[in-house]
Amino acid sequence: MEKEGLGLEITELRLGLPGGSAPILVDKNEKKRVFSDISGDHDNSSTDWKLTQTKNQTVGWPPVCSYRRKNNFQEKDRLETSKMYVKVSMDGAPFLRKVDLSMHKGYSDLAVALEKLFDCFGIGESLKDAENSEQVPIYEDKDGDWMLMGDVPWEMFIESCKRLRIMKRSEAKGFGLQPKDSDHKGNSKDVAK
Amino acid sequence: MDFSLPTEPMNHKRKNPDPSPDSDESTTQLSSPFPDEVLERVLSLLNSRKDRNSVSLVCKDWYDAERWSRTHVFIGNCYSVSPEILTRRFPNIRSVTLKGKPRFSDFDLVPPKWGAYVHSWLLVFATKYHFLEELRLKRMTVSDESLKLLAFSFPNFKALSLLSCDGFSTDGLASITTHCKNLTELDIQENDIDDKSGKWLSCFPENFMSLEVLNFANLNSDVNFEALERLVSRCKSLIVLKVNENMTLEQLHRLLVLAPHLRELGTGSLLQELTPRQHSELKSAFNNCKNLNMLSGFYEVTSIFLPVLYPACTSLTFLNLSYAALRSDGLSNLLVHCPLLQRLWVLDSVEDEGLEAVGSNCPLLEELRVFPASDPFEDEILHGVTEAGFLAVSYGCKKLHYVLYFCRQMTNAAVATIVQNCPDFTHFRLCIMNPRQPDYQTNEPMDEAFGAVVKTCTKLRRLAVSGLLTDLTFEYIGKYANNLETLSVAFAGSSDRGMECVLKGCPKLRKLEIRDCPFGNAALLSSFRKYESMRSLWMSGCKVTMDGCRLLAQEMPRLNVEVIRECGNDGFQADKLYVYRSVAGPRKDAPSFVLTL
Repeated sequence: MEKEGLGLEITELRLGLPGGSAPILVDKNEKKRVFSDISGDHDNSSTDWKLTQTKNQTVGWPPVCSYRRKNNFQEKDRLETSKMYVKVSMDGAPFLRKVDLSMHKGYSDLAVALEKLFDCFGIGESLKDAENSEQVPIYEDKDGDWMLMGDVPWEMFIESCKRLRIMKRSEAKGFGLQPKDSDHKGNSKDVAK
Repeated sequence: MDFSLPTEPMNHKRKNPDPSPDSDESTTQLSSPFPDEVLERVLSLLNSRKDRNSVSLVCKDWYDAERWSRTHVFIGNCYSVSPEILTRRFPNIRSVTLKGKPRFSDFDLVPPKWGAYVHSWLLVFATKYHFLEELRLKRMTVSDESLKLLAFSFPNFKALSLLSCDGFSTDGLASITTHCKNLTELDIQENDIDDKSGKWLSCFPENFMSLEVLNFANLNSDVNFEALERLVSRCKSLIVLKVNENMTLEQLHRLLVLAPHLRELGTGSLLQELTPRQHSELKSAFNNCKNLNMLSGFYEVTSIFLPVLYPACTSLTFLNLSYAALRSDGLSNLLVHCPLLQRLWVLDSVEDEGLEAVGSNCPLLEELRVFPASDPFEDEILHGVTEAGFLAVSYGCKKLHYVLYFCRQMTNAAVATIVQNCPDFTHFRLCIMNPRQPDYQTNEPMDEAFGAVVKTCTKLRRLAVSGLLTDLTFEYIGKYANNLETLSVAFAGSSDRGMECVLKGCPKLRKLEIRDCPFGNAALLSSFRKYESMRSLWMSGCKVTMDGCRLLAQEMPRLNVEVIRECGNDGFQADKLYVYRSVAGPRKDAPSFVLTL
């Protein structure tokens, strides 16, 4: 419904300021490197995105009868493991996915899972070589900041990660992404290719 | 309702007990060449509802003979007629099928306590249809009190089938099993039931032997297995047995040994370690089931288990795997053993590869349903199925005429090819799960896909559309879908014109259900006479207003125009509209949130 769509844009999985303004690098403290992105409503994938958000609120969709939903849509856990599901989005993919962070042992394990989920390569590489990889995995932490995945120890990451996004290198252009071992104190280096 | 009613109910008693063939009857225009008993005898052989409706319109004699000889009645909308009118017209009914809530109640679009209570029907039946034998209910509200009334009012009661009903508990079932001495069928499917305990099964008396159909797959509480075993061994005519998830393989084995003549079997959970001995025993038990033509259940199945079933699959015509998250290899290996398969229900966990196996192994397939294995917007995603899977099936299964397909992407070209391969579709229900998603290759709307469907499939009776659709889709539907009876639309269309086209065309349209489309009052009012030839119209999340609905109600006094008002509603928009023809007048049992205009 149109009404629903308008209301829910506020809660969309987007970064930064709508309408397109210059990218900003916000450097809050030594331990964190955050970058903000622009939400650019340029192409179809973003539109699908919007729909993805509204969908989550749509009652009775997809039209599967409630009996089937109860039986199939919930995982029947024989073991009561605590799950740490976070939503993952990838630029260009019309669907959100979800991963259970507690199921993975570390960043490389997670990277492999993400590559399988989205049928793509390069996430693992990006962890080793942030400058040159095609995919840039970032995550939103508890404070609402977007951080480059892979910087903090794994345990700290899974505790604070609220959601993941796999950005295209081209989107990340000019955001002043800092390599791991660079100066953290507010100096943005332009490493755009 | 699905029988034609003249404008006034008729109250003729049987007349002409013995007319001479050439006597003039002044009360009829055409004198019947044979006595009523003969006519009735002949008409009693007619089973088809359509035929009976036609017969009843021929003349008064035939109308009378038909109404006296009818033993089964189907009521597609319980509010379209009252039990009083029904019993007055048809005095000899033994079997009733009643459907209640609008279909979108399956998707939580109808608030609870909306209605469709069976109790008022049973009260009338208890006095008028003392010899009632069968009751089949769909989307009705059934209370334990109703079930108790049922159990006590009809000494010959034989068959109870409850599908997608709500309002009752296992206590109500216990009334049935305790008191219905002649019960042959107890079929409890997909209901919203208060599952207190499995004791109802133990209430069958020890000398009770008539059961032929038992389906309690829906119920989760444990039943007493020994009681079930004794029941199965006593009921020699048992041909349908569908147990619940809690049944172990060991128990299943024991039941199969007792009932090798089963035609339909619903298994319990299949996730167990079997010893080699158990494995071969179970396989041998399945091997002895020579009459099995339907298998369902398969809760928590693993591929390792499936080979046990292979010997039983040779005569299988219907396989329901819609609760089993099978992958493609498990399905392929199974299908090799099911050459006669006509109906297959699966989850999209089998992916396109699994559907390729369907195309390769099931040449006789007529019906395919692919359900989503998980909530595509919540759960960790499997790939699901795409246009490739559907295409593969269409190449291999030329007899395909019924499809329900939940998918993540589709193209116009694929659908056009599919219907070229299978032009005999009668039911085409395609659900592209992302609302308003275009053809993913061309980025165009999916108009041409559904255009191809309606142009090619002349026998099409049921259609569900999805994806990005403009009014063009509905122009096609209105123009070409001449046999279409049921149309389901969601998140589609560009303007009122879309709905107008459908209402102006589709001469056989009976049910139209619409949600979240930009259709407003102009569309609603464009062909309001049409609604009298239809069973019902549902519109929710569209642009109709209360004023528009009031206007409709004014113009068409024989329609019930109901608006479901939800909290937060401003009183201007009509968020949920339900319109249906009725000879019973406005509802007398409507809750406060249902406004009859």
